[in-house]
Amino acid sequence: MKPRSSGSVIRLAAPLRALAQRFSFLLLVLASIALMMVGKIESVSVDSARARVTDAFAPILDAISRPAATAARVVESAVELENAFDENQRLKAENARLLQWRQAALRLEAENSSLRSLLRVRPEPSVNYIAARVIATPGSSFVRTLVVTAGKRDGVRKGQAALAGAGLVGRVIEVGEWSSRVLLLTDINARIPVILSNTRQRSILAGDNSDQAKLLYLPPDSPIQVGERVVTSGDGGLFPPGLPVGVVTAVSERGVRVLPSADLSRVEHLRLVDFGLPSTDLDPSPDSK
Amino acid sequence: MTATFWQKVDKTGRNLAPFAVTVMMVLVGMIPVPVPGYAPVAPNLTLVSVYYWTIHRPDLMRPGVAFLIGLLQDFLVGGPLGVNALLLVVAQWAVLNQRRVFLASTFALLWVGFTLVMAGAVLLQWLAFSVLDAAALSILPALFQGLLTVAVFPAVGWLLIRVHRAFLNG
Repeated sequence: MKPRSSGSVIRLAAPLRALAQRFSFLLLVLASIALMMVGKIESVSVDSARARVTDAFAPILDAISRPAATAARVVESAVELENAFDENQRLKAENARLLQWRQAALRLEAENSSLRSLLRVRPEPSVNYIAARVIATPGSSFVRTLVVTAGKRDGVRKGQAALAGAGLVGRVIEVGEWSSRVLLLTDINARIPVILSNTRQRSILAGDNSDQAKLLYLPPDSPIQVGERVVTSGDGGLFPPGLPVGVVTAVSERGVRVLPSADLSRVEHLRLVDFGLPSTDLDPSPDSK
Repeated sequence: MTATFWQKVDKTGRNLAPFAVTVMMVLVGMIPVPVPGYAPVAPNLTLVSVYYWTIHRPDLMRPGVAFLIGLLQDFLVGGPLGVNALLLVVAQWAVLNQRRVFLASTFALLWVGFTLVMAGAVLLQWLAFSVLDAAALSILPALFQGLLTVAVFPAVGWLLIRVHRAFLNG
């Protein structure tokens, strides 16, 4: 009796296992789709889970990103050595020009402070910077983020602006204990309130996953010129006003394109701006206030 | 008794190799390389690894494992949850169904097979992100990423063969 039943079990087991396999595939596909929906609805808890996972892997990412950074630096220094003479000439010329600008800046600063004292302007909130190293890029065609080595215990808060070199890079969207994630301003989900430096036209800078961002909600006849500088407006209180963002590169029927001043594809270190304003409602966690 | 215990530990460790290697591929794929325009087209090493292990050790690269790795990638990449999980589960399923064809074929055919899988992955990824972002995104970056991944396939495949021989022969 027993051998027969075990035989039938085996006979039954093969199709059952096949069924289970097919079923597990369907189940996993459904689970993935369910996760996509959960991510859309429950974005806050997903973000905190993401921050934990990123925290857990940050030391490994930090370690394996170092050799790559060193190799890149070696290659770069070899190239720089080759161009040292030309570079030196260029820098001398630039230095002479900058010295003139320094004189102008000092004069304007003195004038500005005396005018401020006359008008009793309330000073702007103080700004602190947190330096951080980039340890990971997404390696995905549809996501533009960076993972950096600074988190809650370094004073990073959600919504802070990230600067690198010549300008704004993006905004902190998720903070772990010792790592955090920066959404680049070219990501399709990035929206940054900006102002054009000459026309004083306010607008929203929106990414579209390309190397340039576009300006939204401009009036149809705004006199914007190619080459105009774009800076943060400080609207919404998230960013300090006046951070350099980019330069207008194209004005056409299809919109106004802005090239970011910072080279987003080769950010190695960046500064997170700890702006002295209270946290906004973008950050629902109470401990970040 | 101790010998069998240690043998078991050894075997388990070796059997974890495909999973560990694929997780490593997830992390290596995220190394920031300061080359202009590299990040959006960085090769999808994870898919190469899942493809390889599904063909050679499907018992160690089960759908659940592919799902977990995809989920980890979703968490680390910072995109919407579930996209890479879906991608890897579908890829694993597709390759498993055609496994016999791949096993009997030459390396060149293996490469062609991967190109097909990658093409499917590019389309699926583009579709998923377009639906989730509710916008018609450009497929071009994904297409270039696919081409780059196909281009590095022989090198990564060679590495995986070395790992395979070192840990799982016997």
